[in-house]
Amino acid sequence: MIVETGHYALVLAFALSLVQGVLPLWGSRKGDVALMAIGPSAAIMQFVLIAIAFGALTWAYLSSDFSLLNVVQNSHSQKPLIYKLSGVWGNHEGSMLLWVLILSFFGALVALGGRRTPQELLATTLSVQAWISAAFLLFILLTSNPFARLALPPVEGNDLNPILQDPGLAIHPPLLYLGYVGFSMTFSFAAAALINGRIDAQWARYVRPWTLIAWIFLTLGIAMGSYWAYYTLGWGGFWFWDPVENASLMPWLAGTALLHSATVMEKRDALKVWTIFLAILAFSLSLLGTFLVRSGVLTSVHAFATDPRRGVFILAILVVFIGGSFVLFALRGPLLKAGGIFAPVSREGALVLNNLLLTTSCATVFTGTLYPLALEALTGEKISVGAPFFNFTFVPLFIPIFLAMPLGQVLAWKRGDFLGSAQRLTLAFILAICVGLLLAATRGEPVVSAVFAGLAVFVIIGSFAEIWTRISGSGWAPRTILSRAMGLPFSAWGTALAHAGVGVTLFGLAATGWGVERILAMRVGDQVGIGPYALTLDAVAPRKGPNYDETVARMTIRRGGVEIGQIEPSRKFYRARQMTTTDAGLRTYFLGQIYVVVTEQNASGTIDVRMYWKPYVAMIWLGALIMALGGGISLADRRLRIGVARRARVRPVVQPAE
Amino acid sequence: MTRKQRRLILIGSALGVLFVAAGLVMFALRDNIVFFYTPSEILAKAPAPGTRLRLGGLVRQGSVVRGDDRAVTFDVVDGERQVTVSYKGLLPDLFREGQGVVAEGVLVSPTQFRADNVLAKHDETYMPREVADALKKQGHWQPNGPPPGAEAKK
Repeated sequence: MIVETGHYALVLAFALSLVQGVLPLWGSRKGDVALMAIGPSAAIMQFVLIAIAFGALTWAYLSSDFSLLNVVQNSHSQKPLIYKLSGVWGNHEGSMLLWVLILSFFGALVALGGRRTPQELLATTLSVQAWISAAFLLFILLTSNPFARLALPPVEGNDLNPILQDPGLAIHPPLLYLGYVGFSMTFSFAAAALINGRIDAQWARYVRPWTLIAWIFLTLGIAMGSYWAYYTLGWGGFWFWDPVENASLMPWLAGTALLHSATVMEKRDALKVWTIFLAILAFSLSLLGTFLVRSGVLTSVHAFATDPRRGVFILAILVVFIGGSFVLFALRGPLLKAGGIFAPVSREGALVLNNLLLTTSCATVFTGTLYPLALEALTGEKISVGAPFFNFTFVPLFIPIFLAMPLGQVLAWKRGDFLGSAQRLTLAFILAICVGLLLAATRGEPVVSAVFAGLAVFVIIGSFAEIWTRISGSGWAPRTILSRAMGLPFSAWGTALAHAGVGVTLFGLAATGWGVERILAMRVGDQVGIGPYALTLDAVAPRKGPNYDETVARMTIRRGGVEIGQIEPSRKFYRARQMTTTDAGLRTYFLGQIYVVVTEQNASGTIDVRMYWKPYVAMIWLGALIMALGGGISLADRRLRIGVARRARVRPVVQPAE
Repeated sequence: MTRKQRRLILIGSALGVLFVAAGLVMFALRDNIVFFYTPSEILAKAPAPGTRLRLGGLVRQGSVVRGDDRAVTFDVVDGERQVTVSYKGLLPDLFREGQGVVAEGVLVSPTQFRADNVLAKHDETYMPREVADALKKQGHWQPNGPPPGAEAKK
């Protein structure tokens, strides 16, 4: 009964989304306030209905209701509770349901928090959002219904793919989807602005929080996914330039560009058409990502639960929404009043450079990801584009971004002073060189790691240069500095932190060059050195888990002869699926990690071990957390500012006559 | 600075970045892509020995020979031809006889291949898409059996 209720709620939500897609839009055309008012209520109701559907599916999983095909295929009564819960979205049907749940969640948030948004914009936005929602609800109902029943229910389920039975899976897809789907809000706002034919600096202010929220979750989702791949796949790598990873990176790059161009729009009323374009692009790339992951057209190491037949449906959604929005853009874009053109050396000039480089690097990732698909369709030849391609194209485009990041922050709006600004970065520059030289001397080869680590230090210190100038302007007394620091807007702190986070991640990436890898056969009692540590294999023993049996290799870690910890890599054999997975052993010491993987026991009684010492590797993900934190702080700033148009206090330079 | 000059600088720098990126992409696509072959395609297209490529097919039953120091050899077949692959290192969890595999490495001779990377996706019903397509084309396609317990849903 609960299951049927969920199914019914889903159908109702579809019908409601059609209503929400038509009436408020019609109302905004005709200026009918009553029709427009349907939008927010419908959006909230839609969320409630989809939440009921999602709740029903969750209940089916928790109670191991094996009359549901979806539960049979992906669950098992012996499975730990947390994986019963995460199993809800660990499969195609459930993950699509999560997708629309989040979509309607954002719709409801806009409806609730949008009282300050002009009614016409709000109504049109919610209508556009409802069209996306209707398309995906139809997709779920027609091709991937999670509520399909079985006539003859089996007594036991097939269990969830063992590689997905990990706490990381409980968090990663929801985070990533919050990011992907979050861009639907910016998309809807952009489409609404085009439909209404009106866009101004205020628009950028309404959209900013939604872009920020999407960006924060996407950042966390990508970082989480990369960490999950790092410790579950057991190859010691954290980024494989795999199509599915690229699919999440592309919207991130476009979204980052959007965040920055929206700032220019908000402050200077310029770059309007471009910002709208980026808003459409970011969500288009999110849809593309969903398509790539869900359809299985590209071979990937991460794609679970794929089905090519459904791909056609998502492809149709993709074509309609991306095509439709770009046609709308082409028709209405020229009508938008273009903003001013500004001096190349200025804050906005630097932000344009940032946009240029980010979108171009996004384009290279796009090319590398889809080129094999295009070539195969055209010539039938099968190729793979791997890490070397991306290292060769992506990295050179990112180096100028790292160099320009701190500089852009210290440049003034409207007209900057290049030399004066560069001077403010002297300290950061000197420190960067010192750290680079120090690391090159102590860590040695490869030199490129030291160079990039130096660059990272430049980015980190440089991120705070602007704040430092602003708080140390009137004297060095600690009290003045403190009070000035408290007086700075949150967004200044947010920007500085997020930029510093990029530097921290870069440092972690640079340090991968100093990693050590050893592959060897070990006997119980053997001791091997790895980096500054020594590992002893104490025992290899079997152990029984709830739904698996594992072989655990117990090792002791010593440093300078002193025991400092234990590490337990293992191999798990999942009984229901007859499948073996590798569980890496991980220990973190001073931001570096020891990473050990074992494979099967050899006939001679030895066990094959692969071990790594990865100095500073934790900084890669720590940096992402700092970026997200910066985004969060910046988000908090909005409340203080909304409704109050903040203009530059004085306009020192008058635009020269033209 | 006039409006015209500013616009020129903007357009110029945009074109400059795009030009550099396009150059990088073209250059990288020439040198850094790897073609996928099945054993019979190797015979048909005869890539020169020393070419870096991806070889895909099924691991022939009973062909896996483990040597000292994690060296391993196995035959990759696609129904008509076979190529012997030598590899040194740890094999992925899902590497099994009779299952699909993709090996990346260098062709030594038309029947000898030295792999430096062996890929297998983490799913027991996995058949690399390229391998599945190639086998279908030759009429050797047998879809993997359903996972244990799946009979129940039919």
